[in-house]
Amino acid sequence: MSLTLPAASAHATEVDYLFAALFAVSAAVLGLVFFLMIEFSIRFRRNSGVDRGQPLRRSWRFETAWTAATLVGFLGLGIWGADLYVRELKAKPGALTIDVVAKQWMWKVEHPEGQREINELHIPVNRPVQLRMTSEDVIHDFGLPAFRLKHDVLPGRYETLSFTPDRIGTYQLYCNQFCGIDHANMIGTVTVLSQPDYERWLAANGAAETLAAQGSRLFVSYGCSGCHRAGGHGGEGNVRAPPLDGVYGSPVPLSDGTTIIADDQYLQDSILMPKKQIVASYDPVMPSFAGVIGEEDIVKLVEFIKSLGGKS
Amino acid sequence: MSAVLERGTSVQSHPSYLTDGTTLRSWLLTTDHKRIALLYAASITLFFFVGGAAAALMRWNLISPTGAIVEHDTYNRLFTIHGVVMVWFFLVPAAPTVLGNFVLPLMIGARDLAFPKLNLASWYMFMSGGVLVSWALFRGGLETGWTFYTPLSTDYARGYVSLAAFGIILSGYSSIATGLNFIVTIHKLRAPGMTWFRMPVFCWSLYSTSVLNVLATPVLTMAMLLLAAERILHVGVFDPNLGGDPLLFQHLFWFYSHPAVYIMVLPGFGIVTEIITAFSRKRVFGYQFVIWASISIAVIGFFVWVHHMFVAGVSVYSGVVFSLLSYIIAVPSAIKVFNWLGTMHNGFIRFDAPMIYAVGFVGLFTIGGVTGLWIASLATDVALHDTYFVVAHFHFIMVGGMVTAFLGGIHFWWPKITGRLYSETWGRLAAALIFFGFILTFFPQFILGFFGMPRRYGTYPAQFQVLNVLSSAGATILAVAYLMPLFYLGWSLFRGERAGPNPWDASGLEWRTASPPPKENFHESPVVTWEAYDYPPPEKQQYSLSELREKTDRRHV
Amino acid sequence: MSEFVAPRAHAEFQYASAEHQRDSALAGMWLFLATEILFFGALFYLWVLLRRWHPLGFHLATADTDLLIGSVNTVIISTAGMVFFWGVQQAKRGQNRPVLLAALASGGLGLVFIGLKLFEWSEDVGKGKWPGQVFQAHGDDIGGQHLFWLLYYAGTALHVVHMTIGVLLVAWIAWRARKGEFKPNFYYPVVAVGLYWSFVDVVWINLYPFIYLLGR
Repeated sequence: MSLTLPAASAHATEVDYLFAALFAVSAAVLGLVFFLMIEFSIRFRRNSGVDRGQPLRRSWRFETAWTAATLVGFLGLGIWGADLYVRELKAKPGALTIDVVAKQWMWKVEHPEGQREINELHIPVNRPVQLRMTSEDVIHDFGLPAFRLKHDVLPGRYETLSFTPDRIGTYQLYCNQFCGIDHANMIGTVTVLSQPDYERWLAANGAAETLAAQGSRLFVSYGCSGCHRAGGHGGEGNVRAPPLDGVYGSPVPLSDGTTIIADDQYLQDSILMPKKQIVASYDPVMPSFAGVIGEEDIVKLVEFIKSLGGKS
Repeated sequence: MSAVLERGTSVQSHPSYLTDGTTLRSWLLTTDHKRIALLYAASITLFFFVGGAAAALMRWNLISPTGAIVEHDTYNRLFTIHGVVMVWFFLVPAAPTVLGNFVLPLMIGARDLAFPKLNLASWYMFMSGGVLVSWALFRGGLETGWTFYTPLSTDYARGYVSLAAFGIILSGYSSIATGLNFIVTIHKLRAPGMTWFRMPVFCWSLYSTSVLNVLATPVLTMAMLLLAAERILHVGVFDPNLGGDPLLFQHLFWFYSHPAVYIMVLPGFGIVTEIITAFSRKRVFGYQFVIWASISIAVIGFFVWVHHMFVAGVSVYSGVVFSLLSYIIAVPSAIKVFNWLGTMHNGFIRFDAPMIYAVGFVGLFTIGGVTGLWIASLATDVALHDTYFVVAHFHFIMVGGMVTAFLGGIHFWWPKITGRLYSETWGRLAAALIFFGFILTFFPQFILGFFGMPRRYGTYPAQFQVLNVLSSAGATILAVAYLMPLFYLGWSLFRGERAGPNPWDASGLEWRTASPPPKENFHESPVVTWEAYDYPPPEKQQYSLSELREKTDRRHV
Repeated sequence: MSEFVAPRAHAEFQYASAEHQRDSALAGMWLFLATEILFFGALFYLWVLLRRWHPLGFHLATADTDLLIGSVNTVIISTAGMVFFWGVQQAKRGQNRPVLLAALASGGLGLVFIGLKLFEWSEDVGKGKWPGQVFQAHGDDIGGQHLFWLLYYAGTALHVVHMTIGVLLVAWIAWRARKGEFKPNFYYPVVAVGLYWSFVDVVWINLYPFIYLLGR
């Protein structure tokens, strides 16, 4: 079995050019150092009898020049790498957002239309993908060598990984952050399909409902609608709770006098740690649902609340 | 009677620090820096082989893609104990507490360190830390990696995490005490005439290392205390469910652990400088540059820690800033490498064992160093992070670099410490075998990492097997090669030829007293009137072949 | 006052003279204290930052602290510091008995401080202020209040550990004074311990407003 490292995206190909440059610089530096080392070891061995009367002329200009040149060269490599990195991380329009929930020791993937996968990810070629990732327990890392990418997946937070595959094929997925006993088994595959194949795959694996629709049922079954009004229902109890229509993306004034924008993180925190940020003029009476609602269901609830309008 | 021995004086067996008191009590309650160095030597050698045994088991397991000899849980405990023991109980202490403790006072013409009782206390602190970590090991170990990332280590790991954390804290206090001792010693106890810029480079390296020890280690203490508090009391500092932040641990941890890698390697730079100058019979090229390079590495080393966290969830801007800073720190290291080569130029080079180690250091450290460029660059780091590429990078620096330098120093100062000469044939053979074994072990790992094999995997996809088998074969050779010095060095203690004060005809005050030195180091405090590395300039060393041989053959002391 | 020929005024063998040894010992203590300033400094820096990010929570949490005990402790520790300082002056004159009394009094006050602190902690825990899942508080910005109490325990626990070491050092000085060891030409251990003791005092003087006064 031979080692392969396909380049499955334009970014991967560009990173490979940087690798080539790094290799060339490394080879040049090592070549020079080893050459001098070996040459000096032979030429200046103790009984070689060569003339040692010519001292190395130490000129400050030479020292400064080669030091500066080295620095500029190294920084050039650094800037190249930084540029590639920053460009790849920029959000791309029309990206397909797919949720990834990591848990000891498996990857759970949820497509927006409700399709679910374990340890596998099917995506269409030539379309930007944005993975929205969180962990149910410890820190994991979603690692894709073929795309030259990885990113840590944290509990209690959403991290994103963006890329645009441009080659059809099946590629390796690794967990790249030690996460416990079966860390080495937390591997899978990413399959890039042509657009028609992708549509066929979606249809064959389709769930009956989108994530948002599943979320609206959970909103009732977990008792959220007992206090909160959303989508024209709910909130008929004694408890006064902030209404959720249009909340996503809107500014929310808080009890400590500050104002924040309600994003995915805010919604997740409100469910798991409601006392962290209280909306102004409301009592801090919402119970925490940590341990009650798992990360996958949180994703669905968040999708439901997003579907209620507001700025995205 | 002159204050220092003239070069060439032959001294047979005589009373020395070794014979001054032969009871166990006189060793365990000694305040003599030379005996304390030997106490530390025994401890760190033991820990080296414990960490090494763990490594051997790991490498043998990786011969097979499905794990040849241990289950995943055991493998995870093996790499954790390997890291913890090798970092805190070998690499951080070894060069300062063994070679630094022994040689520093001699090199500056002092009779002991500034605080000898603190020195002894530091060894007991170190041993207490070692006892706790060993206790954790005997009870089954821990499975968090030496990096202890939360919330795995605080809420999910079932091993003896807090016990190990307390052991590490104690070893940290030992480092702080040693660092404090060295700083005050260098400031206050230099012999008359030994100005700052007449000190050998090893002293400057120890000074930089000590400053790092004293400033950075308290942050490790804080990180470990918070870790233990979280694990035992569930206070919520790192737990997102309680409003804490797991990334906070990583910042605290790496704020110490990056300077820590310089704590580990800076003394090695100094040792290599001493050896290369002695075995090229030439003063170091660019003394001022070399010294300021050490200091800059120590200072800049505090500002690069986030390069361990590029994919951890830090902001894009942090990533860019810390990447550029990480490139800057490559420059002083490069300066040192070229200055070592410059020292060899026009030298009169001999390849005794210490010089083989020193030159090997230059080669392997440079390989490790250039691969640092690959992981300092953001886009390539994202690809290489947490793969075997990183493992290879730091092993080239720490093992190919620091362990090699340490062994070189042990061989170089062996005659001074023990009063005996070791077998040069066995010394060179072991050095050669170490290099061969090392390269076979770790070079394939660069390739493995480049092709995507993650770290900390006890099993792996089959396409990685060939390179893993090569690496494990190398590790087996390396294991044998590291055991060899135990034998021929140990043998020399009983049967080795007795050494004179200066078997290498090297400069440095430590070579101007007997081997082994008397308890008070110098019968009279030396007065220094010469610069460091006072070898005659090359044009004044144009001896005939036989004169050269006679002059530099160490047996004609 | 007669001149004593001091049996302990000689230097350890690695020092050229008694002055050399004294200089080095004090240099070591200053260096150590510099590192301790960095250590506590980081804690105070964090405190300032977190106060800025959670102004309401910190304001509410301060109201729950026991101002009486905090203020009494401040008086106690300052007095202990002043008493020991007087002791250093007596040591300079070679008067061992006053040094012994000063050390005993100062150490005794230190023990009272620690006792009051332990009592105060038990009170705080009783009010539900232990960080983590058992934490209880009223009003808004519970998260900010929780952070205040976390810093409170971290700062005061570290301080108490340093205080305990200080009491032991002061007791050591008392022991040596009892044996009559200090002379006009040999009293630097008293100075060194005095430096450490003053440092512990200074840390508390900074903690006090952060915990009890700001935002009350």
